[in-house]
Amino acid sequence: MDIPSRHRPLVLLAGVMLAQVLLLAFQIKRDRDVRLIRLWSVELLTPLQRAGTWLIGELHGGWRGYVDLRHARQENEELRTELGRLQLRNRELESRAAEADRLAAVLGFRQAHAEVPMLAAEVIGASADAASKTVYINRGSHDGVRRNMGVITPDGVVGKIIEVFPNTSMVLLLTDHDSGVGALLATSRTHGVVKGEGEPFARMEYVINDEKVPDGEEILTSGEDRIFPKDLPVGTVAGTQDGNPFKIIRVRPAARLDRLEEVIVLLTQRELNPQNEAEPAAPAAKSGETATSPSAPTKQPEQKPAQQPQKPGASPAPAKGAAKPPVTAPAKPPQ
Amino acid sequence: MNAHIQAETHIEVHKFYGGAVAGVAFLALVVQAFLHKFGGKAEYLELPLLVTLYFGLSRRNPISGLLLGTAIGLLQDGLSHMPIGLYGIAKTFVGYLASTIGARVDVEHPMSRFAFTFLFFHFHQAVLATTEWLLLAQRPQYISGKLLVASLVNSLVAVALFPLLDRLRKQP
Repeated sequence: MDIPSRHRPLVLLAGVMLAQVLLLAFQIKRDRDVRLIRLWSVELLTPLQRAGTWLIGELHGGWRGYVDLRHARQENEELRTELGRLQLRNRELESRAAEADRLAAVLGFRQAHAEVPMLAAEVIGASADAASKTVYINRGSHDGVRRNMGVITPDGVVGKIIEVFPNTSMVLLLTDHDSGVGALLATSRTHGVVKGEGEPFARMEYVINDEKVPDGEEILTSGEDRIFPKDLPVGTVAGTQDGNPFKIIRVRPAARLDRLEEVIVLLTQRELNPQNEAEPAAPAAKSGETATSPSAPTKQPEQKPAQQPQKPGASPAPAKGAAKPPVTAPAKPPQ
Repeated sequence: MNAHIQAETHIEVHKFYGGAVAGVAFLALVVQAFLHKFGGKAEYLELPLLVTLYFGLSRRNPISGLLLGTAIGLLQDGLSHMPIGLYGIAKTFVGYLASTIGARVDVEHPMSRFAFTFLFFHFHQAVLATTEWLLLAQRPQYISGKLLVASLVNSLVAVALFPLLDRLRKQP
């Protein structure tokens, strides 16, 4: 380095001064017996070390953050995938649990009425016609299902068989226009007929206006239609009003007809009362047909409906009073 | 500017016999140490400062001036109980400034020698006090009557001493 001659004294002065200051710093001790040169060195280097440490820490932290972020993203994707899989699995298990509950209810019902031959079935479809309240079940003639057999759930009446195929059957729901079930009010034992209206609610007919029918009263099968045994739950009174000539009673079906999945086909009309074991068993029961699993085919029951289905609109006579109404089970004529 | 240059060209740069500078400096330190042994009024004298100032003003070379000041100052520090470098720094500044000023101003006159010695003495003490304050964290009492007396004494001694030292100059 070439220093101009006129600046050499100044440079030399600075160098000599610096050297002497350092020399002093080596000797002078400040508080706590620390040499000044050490104090200066520390104070000079500490900020640099701190800055270096901070810089390295930031770089390291940034790198770690970047790496962690990459891992976090990958882990996030894996967790999302796992979450989706578990949600799917959860829904599957919930569905299975609900199915198990329903099957348990069906099984409990069957065990409670072990003397009554019945057949568990699964709803596999519904009618394509919105106005037609029908469903298909996975039981047919090969399983012993015949027309006009009653279909129920542990909650209550569902409908009856109107068409039988080798492996499937068509069930006319209680709420169909053409459906009718012999029924009675649980408290007053007043007889009538519960008919469908193509809506979620049914209607009980042939109850005179003088009859006091409170809302919520239970409606049971009367057994007079020779399809359903006596005292099966049909529904509850959802509202009443006087009509001409009979009272208009809205019936909320006991069975959840809008979400049927498992049903029971009654192979007999024997009353579902375990205490009635002394009564004569239905032919099917006598032949050894009892409750079977939904997948096990059963023999064809010998019992037949005692009364042929009438045409829709064939109104029976009023129930209470002199003569009981001709409780029938109107059904659609076979297509 | 031209007048200033002309003034500088008329200032004579003196040279000394070999070993004279070193010998005088060494002698000054010895005498200083010897006199301080007795204490009292002898403490007013600052012979190393006077020698540094004289050779700086006479030789008019900043480099040699500051190096001489450094050497004398460090040796003086070595003879004292103070940290080495305190006098070194002060006399380095004095040597440098004296050489610089001596190259521009005629300092041969007794009055100017008295004045310069007075000023440099206080400058020297100021640098010493500043250094002690900055590095040793001490607060020396700078302004005092003793200091003033010392500066006057040294100025008077310089007026008497410098002509003696002039005899060591090489004749042109």
